[in-house]
Amino acid sequence: MSSQTACLEVLKAGPGLTIQDMGRHGWLSYGVSRGGAVDREALYEGAALLGQGADHAVIEMPAFGGEFQVHGDFRIALSGAVMPAQLDGSKLAWNASHNVCDGQRLSIGSAGTGVYGYLSVSGGFQTPLVMGSRATHLAALIGGVVQPGDNLLVGGDPEATATSVCLPQATRFNGGDIRVVPTLHTSLYTQSDIERFENTLFYRSLRSNRQGVALDFDGAPFTADSHQNILSEPMISGDIQMTGDGYPVVLQSECQSIGGFARIAQVLPCDLSKVAQAASEKPLQFKFVTLEDADAAQQAHDTEIQTLGRRVEPLVRDIAEIQDLLSFQLISGVVTGRE
Amino acid sequence: MIQTPETVPQPVIRNVGVTGMLVTFGDQLSDAANIAAISFRDAVEAAKIEGVIETCTSLVSTFVMFDPTQLSRQALKHRLQELVTDMDWLAQQAASNRLWRLKVAFGNDHGPHLSEVAALTGLTPEAAINEILATRVRVIAIGFAPGQPYLGTLPPNWDFPRLPALTPQVPAGSLVVALRQLVLFTNDSPTGWRRIGQTAFRNFEPDSDSPFRLSTGDLIEFVRVTDDEMSRCLANPARDDAAELTEAS
Repeated sequence: MSSQTACLEVLKAGPGLTIQDMGRHGWLSYGVSRGGAVDREALYEGAALLGQGADHAVIEMPAFGGEFQVHGDFRIALSGAVMPAQLDGSKLAWNASHNVCDGQRLSIGSAGTGVYGYLSVSGGFQTPLVMGSRATHLAALIGGVVQPGDNLLVGGDPEATATSVCLPQATRFNGGDIRVVPTLHTSLYTQSDIERFENTLFYRSLRSNRQGVALDFDGAPFTADSHQNILSEPMISGDIQMTGDGYPVVLQSECQSIGGFARIAQVLPCDLSKVAQAASEKPLQFKFVTLEDADAAQQAHDTEIQTLGRRVEPLVRDIAEIQDLLSFQLISGVVTGRE
Repeated sequence: MIQTPETVPQPVIRNVGVTGMLVTFGDQLSDAANIAAISFRDAVEAAKIEGVIETCTSLVSTFVMFDPTQLSRQALKHRLQELVTDMDWLAQQAASNRLWRLKVAFGNDHGPHLSEVAALTGLTPEAAINEILATRVRVIAIGFAPGQPYLGTLPPNWDFPRLPALTPQVPAGSLVVALRQLVLFTNDSPTGWRRIGQTAFRNFEPDSDSPFRLSTGDLIEFVRVTDDEMSRCLANPARDDAAELTEAS
């Protein structure tokens, strides 16, 4: 089948599956936040596994995957929250790329570790560009959720038979320390509340969505100095906003563009994926760092992302997990010369 | 429209987390501070500073989002400081000379809260409508929903709060009012604002090459039409007669 007709037909879809990319810049002044994948690292990983740029559209899967019928031959990559995946009943390794062929069925289950899983395809999903991006922005009513019956066109793959490769399993799914810097309204909190904020264990609430990770915790609410008048100011992902009743929400990619709630701190961009991927049983603890340390951390993180390609290795399959050994290629595809 | 600037301090430049900087022109909403913020943003955009990702305004501030790996915080702050001292931003008279004339039907089914609002302003419904028609408002801010404009400011007798409870649904294009401001709803939405009229204006068309029509700083005058005329406007898929754009005199 030619690459023009390659597509992924959706048979079943978990709730809230959406097409995402890196989002759209330039519309903040019109009230539209950047949007895009909440775990951008997973997009970089998918791109490294497929040997392509990270500007391609993927499927973001919050907690549950789906079932898909493959039309045409292409490659997929699985990254982000670890989900059980099978191709025609054979187990697929996560954080790896795989060749898929016309007529095969791909099924992806519920996340065991982490929250958001990502399904990338060679050439990216070719859904329409809206305002420069393919990212569904649910809050702005741009695009909609992926539903059974959708046929998602897959971009051309010049290397449809390339070797399956993998990356080491990512370590950002277990919560832990999250670095933050002071921001607009940090000074409206007492020193003892700031210390309590750093010493409190926070847990992802069920109210969380693409707009923000709402956090539950034991203890008194965090209330800002009520004598100060807080004007509505622009908001961006990473801001930790305290709702009126003093409960924190870490804003994610689809947050509102402007808001009047107090913001106690801002999560470093490079730690946002860790917040997004911490399931409700994994505690998060916020630690203030200086802006200088934040810049250095961000630089180190960017370097790591840029060199992800060097960590890609051929995927060696576990023979015990292969259903029909005789029909299986132990190293699939051919060497492309780019390895 | 210009208020006395006695409560407005000098512009303040603050860090907003790792990737943001905010230049604030007042500690409360005033026409002067709002116009200053919008004009200053235009200047930042025109300066094309490498490493700046995007900019926007809030009520009284210009927000600059930047990439600290491309542009140091010190360098950006220095550049913004230079722009701040370039001119007296708080003395600007207008942030845009684009004037929109927007058709609106007041009262009846299009504005169920009109009588209540008139009572709050101490006017008859007819006089309240005339006061809105006589006021040239400015797009103070855009937000909450894509392209949704906050318009102001209305005379002081319009300074009443929002409703304590939400109205479950008002249709897209609704004209609602509170706190000396008007809002034109982008989408069908629940709201605590009081609905006094209906427009056929669409300010967000995501599939268009230019998805938004209004920008912050634009001026708006309302033109009253009958319920029948509004029904005709609403039925026109292009909605091209819902508003007319001219140059402000």
